[in-house]
Amino acid sequence: MNFAATLRIALLALRINKLRSALTMLGIIIGVAAVIVMIAVGNGAQARVEDQIRSLGSNIIMVLSGSMTSGGARGGSGSQPTITEDDAYALNREIDEIQAAAPSLRGSGQVVLGNTNWSTVFYGTSPEYLLVRDWPVIEGRGFEQAEINGAGKVALIGQTVALNLFGETNPVDQVVRINKVPLTIIGVLDRKGQNMMGQDQDDIVLMPISTARKRVLGSSRFAAGRNVGSIMVKVKDGADMAAAEARMRELLRQRHRLQTGQDDDFYVRNLSEILQAQEASSKVMSLLLAAVASVSLLVGGIGIMNIMLVSVTERTREIGLRMAVGARARDILTQFLVEAVTLSLIGGAIGILLGVGGAMAIAELANWRTELSGSSIVLAAGFAGAIGIFFGYYPARKASRLLPIEALRYE
Amino acid sequence: MSEPLIRVEGLTKDYVMGSNVVPALRGVTLDIAAGEFVAVMGPSGSGKSTFMNLLGCLDHPSAGSYWFGGQEVSALSGDELAAVRNRKLGFVFQHFNLLARTSALDNVALPLLYGNVPASERYPRAERRLSQIGLADRIDHHPAQLSGGQQQRVAIARALVNDPQLVLADEPTGALDSRTSVEIMALLQQLNREGITIVLVTHEHDIANFAGRIISFRDGKVVEDRANEAKDAAAAL
Repeated sequence: MNFAATLRIALLALRINKLRSALTMLGIIIGVAAVIVMIAVGNGAQARVEDQIRSLGSNIIMVLSGSMTSGGARGGSGSQPTITEDDAYALNREIDEIQAAAPSLRGSGQVVLGNTNWSTVFYGTSPEYLLVRDWPVIEGRGFEQAEINGAGKVALIGQTVALNLFGETNPVDQVVRINKVPLTIIGVLDRKGQNMMGQDQDDIVLMPISTARKRVLGSSRFAAGRNVGSIMVKVKDGADMAAAEARMRELLRQRHRLQTGQDDDFYVRNLSEILQAQEASSKVMSLLLAAVASVSLLVGGIGIMNIMLVSVTERTREIGLRMAVGARARDILTQFLVEAVTLSLIGGAIGILLGVGGAMAIAELANWRTELSGSSIVLAAGFAGAIGIFFGYYPARKASRLLPIEALRYE
Repeated sequence: MSEPLIRVEGLTKDYVMGSNVVPALRGVTLDIAAGEFVAVMGPSGSGKSTFMNLLGCLDHPSAGSYWFGGQEVSALSGDELAAVRNRKLGFVFQHFNLLARTSALDNVALPLLYGNVPASERYPRAERRLSQIGLADRIDHHPAQLSGGQQQRVAIARALVNDPQLVLADEPTGALDSRTSVEIMALLQQLNREGITIVLVTHEHDIANFAGRIISFRDGKVVEDRANEAKDAAAAL
């Protein structure tokens, strides 16, 4: 017997008991829709964390100046400038796992353009900074090495600064003054958005580290020598973060001539770790959501099995007759299996539509980020089909094992 | 002498009910030639229905042999028996056993579906059989929209659609009034005249009288096997 005929018989049988078929499908519909919505919500939460990681830049390790102990009172982090520009260059040069290390000197001040001004933070840094933070320049250009070496009077500005000072006009090649030092804007950075603390990362001015040290910071204690506030390090993709961290520590201790047993005079912070922990917890949450939703799909499958068993009993005489006119056991098996799979696949299809609609509605109404993935839809559809086969098999086998003579005589 | 269509030898069937073994058929031996119209009679429990089920390849005998058209069918597997039923046998039941909410045409075409006959051939053949029994104008009707006699005629069309060598009719008039019963018998007689072998189970003498040979069962054995001068059902109407 060919498949088209089997499918036609299955559809007819389902049509005869419309309400029952619809109610049986409902279990699968709800299950599939729940799985899709829950996976979309879970993925949405995960994507938000991933976005934060991306905006920070991935595989980032920060090196901060250590604390100073004077007269038994220990100062906070950065109270003593211990790390230097040269530490950054040494990290870059000597540790294979490191893709780039950028020193930075932080300061704040008023940026003045004609008769408007804007208060912001600025960083003196090296060209590696943009690499470390995965931060492209969307207009103009980045720093050149000559500008770093020669304390060039140039600056890159973030989107927020650009908007507040220049509005719609192109800032490139315009001159602004920071702490009375005129700097030519050579480029505008791409939008980064908020960091995980809610700070606006686009409210920023970048300049060569030498410029900051010699021209802008002026009397700050960082201006002396080659000290920097922090070094931002990007570890190569796929490299072992912990190993990189250990080697960095070792190198810095060596450079700072620290004896064994002496405390580090710097701090190493792995920023990605915090976010990765968040990501892991949101992954667990989405897995949990999907698991709960799968339970309802399973219950839907049991509903199918239940109804198929009832149907086999009700149609015992029909099965007997089909056998009498020549249906083989496997024809009967196929017929009931196709019926169960048809139920679950139609239910699955409706469930997918509802699930996609539900995920969109949640995004719209609850303002949650949801992310529909093709793979979750394929998974749900496959799962629905598998449930039809799994839960349909037992009743179908029961039907196919009936003896024709007993089935015919069944009252 | 030509090979008989049916030959059974020592056909035995026991039913196991709990710890009891109930013998339903105790060694039946007989031949039925092609083209015969045989009525099988007997009170309930005589074994006539069991005999019928074995002839119809619906059940396996406990012992004995059954040759159908020269082929030993008592040794065949379930699927092979299904194939024999599909190609060589036609069934008519007391309660018609038509599929509910399914058109007369689809009901008649059902055996062809399991015989893998393509749809383009299935429906013309089913339609031809329905017109042959005078129901050409009812092909789209569902069983519930037909009278008992019409339903039984649809069932007969279904039994004939695969051009069987043998039609087995199990109390085909049991659920019909007497006039309709005679109509159905007239139809069966007509088919028999066209060359189809018919074995009919009944407990009514009036119905058995339309057959050319009457075999009587009692306690699982044949007690009488005689030729009968068949009454013409068409004339009796």
